[in-house]
Amino acid sequence: MKAKGWRDLPPGSVVLEGGSAVKFKTGSWRAFRPVWIEENCIQCLFCWIYCPDMAIKTKDGKRAEFDYDYCKGCGICALECPGKKGKKAIEMAEEGK
Amino acid sequence: MATPLTLKELSKKEDRFTHGHRMCSGCGAPIVVKIALMATDYPVVISNATGCLEVSSCISEFTAWNVPWIHTAFENAAATLSGVETMYRSLRKQGKMDKDVKFIAFGGDGGTYDIGFQSLSGAMERGHDMIYICYDNGAYMNTGIQRSSATPLGADTTTCPAGSVIPGKLRSRKNLTKIMAAHDIPYVAQASPSHWQDLARKVQKAHEIKGPKFINVIAPCNRGWRSKTNDAIALSRLAVNTCYWPLYEIENGVTKITVTPKEKIPVAEFMKPQGRFKHLFAPENEDLLRQVQEEVDREWAKLQKEAKTD
Amino acid sequence: MAKVVAVTGNEACANALRQVNPDVCGIYPITPQTDMMQRFASYISDGKVDTESILVESEHSSMSACIGAAAAGGRVVTATSSQGLALMWEMLHIASGDRLPIVMPVVNRALSAPLNIHGDHSDAMGARDTGWIQIWSENAQESYDNVIQAFRIGEHMDIRLPVMVCLDGFIISHSIERMEYLEDQEVKDFVGPFRNFLPLLDLDKPKSYGPLILTDLYHEYKRAQHEIMTKVKDVVLNVAKDFEKLSGRKYGLFETYRLEDADIAIVILNSAAGTTKDVIDEFREKGIKAGLIKPRLFRPFPYEEMAEALKNTKAVCVMDRADSFGGYGPLFMEVSSALYPLGNRPLLTNKIYGLGGRDYLPSHAAQVLTELNQIAQSGKVSVLKEYIGVRE
Repeated sequence: MKAKGWRDLPPGSVVLEGGSAVKFKTGSWRAFRPVWIEENCIQCLFCWIYCPDMAIKTKDGKRAEFDYDYCKGCGICALECPGKKGKKAIEMAEEGK
Repeated sequence: MATPLTLKELSKKEDRFTHGHRMCSGCGAPIVVKIALMATDYPVVISNATGCLEVSSCISEFTAWNVPWIHTAFENAAATLSGVETMYRSLRKQGKMDKDVKFIAFGGDGGTYDIGFQSLSGAMERGHDMIYICYDNGAYMNTGIQRSSATPLGADTTTCPAGSVIPGKLRSRKNLTKIMAAHDIPYVAQASPSHWQDLARKVQKAHEIKGPKFINVIAPCNRGWRSKTNDAIALSRLAVNTCYWPLYEIENGVTKITVTPKEKIPVAEFMKPQGRFKHLFAPENEDLLRQVQEEVDREWAKLQKEAKTD
Repeated sequence: MAKVVAVTGNEACANALRQVNPDVCGIYPITPQTDMMQRFASYISDGKVDTESILVESEHSSMSACIGAAAAGGRVVTATSSQGLALMWEMLHIASGDRLPIVMPVVNRALSAPLNIHGDHSDAMGARDTGWIQIWSENAQESYDNVIQAFRIGEHMDIRLPVMVCLDGFIISHSIERMEYLEDQEVKDFVGPFRNFLPLLDLDKPKSYGPLILTDLYHEYKRAQHEIMTKVKDVVLNVAKDFEKLSGRKYGLFETYRLEDADIAIVILNSAAGTTKDVIDEFREKGIKAGLIKPRLFRPFPYEEMAEALKNTKAVCVMDRADSFGGYGPLFMEVSSALYPLGNRPLLTNKIYGLGGRDYLPSHAAQVLTELNQIAQSGKVSVLKEYIGVRE
């Protein structure tokens, strides 16, 4: 992308498009990746509410896959996951392994 | 009809604060913001003090805010929003606007307890219809963990480092929630992201009350607290369960504890996982650690008494 | 039909604001401005305007609230002086950087320390690099006229910048003079309805005001801001033309007085220009070709026009009611910059006068003109910068 010249800038540096940060992917920050183990998931949605990066997709009131484009790999979801019968529905795995 | 505060229903709503923001991995502040914003269906306008949240959420043409948002400076999120809200009232009075709009200011503890305190006090006294939400991480984290008046007793920060002579911060933190209550505004509350429903309910309730409202929310910072990236919720839960950060509200002068811990656990449990308190567990700092516990006990007893007598 | 009145400068400005009927006004007291905003507050209390006031707890919050209100989308005013303007300093840059056309009368007063409440230009001169348009006024009539024109200038769709209208503390703000008011409807029609530009309260198109801009774009944003300033002169002149049609009063980038054939000239701002003009008349009667320039638009500064106006003079004294300690007076620095590109330029001196409300007397003007006459004849300047009217 060509860098903007001074004539191309919005007046007063106002950002004209709400929610445009979706174009900025933060997934590359991740050192550990959360892995969803669906059979252990009770759909409590704690992972979804506590995710600081809005990186858990939902559909019809249920969680779906992680959004790895944005997940920074903090691991809050895995720690907060109650799982099923003592088995976590989210585990952290080292990236690149 | 407001969206019921269940995760199932809330998860169907569009994000008002989007991914692509650049807060650190595991930061507590965006969790506070997303919960606060999903707690209402009203259109909202946000004012944001300079700080971590502000610099990480709106950079060049990338804004994580899907609602109108304004940042002007560090010490004036409340004053800036009071201007926005006044223009809204003026335009409504003149018949140039008809929608119901709600106003929220977000500031960190530096921008709220310290440099923004006058502006906050002024805006609350003037009676603007707004909620001021402080995300309190207990130091100037954006500039690199400097002491604020919200920094807890004994904490190690870069400007009150725990050294061989001085063991970190020697002063207790300012009780801002109580100070805001002393403004006799209609609603003041303290909340925690760990108790998401309590937080959401408080924001929802505050929106229905006309006039100035203040909500103080603990927001763990793993960089400044020197803890793990995954423990923002666990630590904020410990803050509640140790009564370091009691969850309560003061509505029209009536105090109510909204979450009472099943078992009040020692404050050391909240402190141990945090590097900023590590030195307090050395034998020579026993007294200081005891002082922290005594202070928590005293404040908790006081709060319980206030809640009872009211 | 114009109405002739006897009013103070503060009263005239407050009345101009009433006639414009802004949406929001930030109010905070500071001498000598206080009286302007308290008069305006009476208009609000008596329902004579639609304005919502914000009775802030400081000037910093006043400007912050004005920025919030202007960004929200509407016409916004406030007024201040001295320490109040100094306290606003941080926010002044944000108002202009965000391109918000706030109008603010500044009742010029000295800065502490030592504390002094009287008229000088140190306050507004300290704000000259904040990106605001600055228009200066000699008397109550000009203050009134400039406040009305300021809305048209700042709100012009090519400009969208905040405007300060400067008038001298006490000397103008508190002295009663004869002047003319326009009719309410005339002012309303002249200023026109507020035109929105990127309003924050446009809920369907959520915008973010005040992003973090890093090294990749900050330089470009400032270049863009400079560009806007290059368009201001034309807008000021066009608005002045329209205003002349309405009022019969002529305004430009600066006023010249008996300058056409002048050998010597004084450049001086605001109320002191009146005194100086009288003394120039006396010197003219003695056969000395003296003239004057009273700058009106100080930011952006009309360098080329000023150079053109002064190019045939032999000696010029720039008189400053403010000092830049360790430097020359701020007006002097502008005028000397304006003259530098000329091949043949007049000799220059700089006098600092009237600080903290010290009287500027006809004898001071006479002293300066006498010296200028000698310089014009000898071609020599002995002291470039000096204080006048000061006790040894």
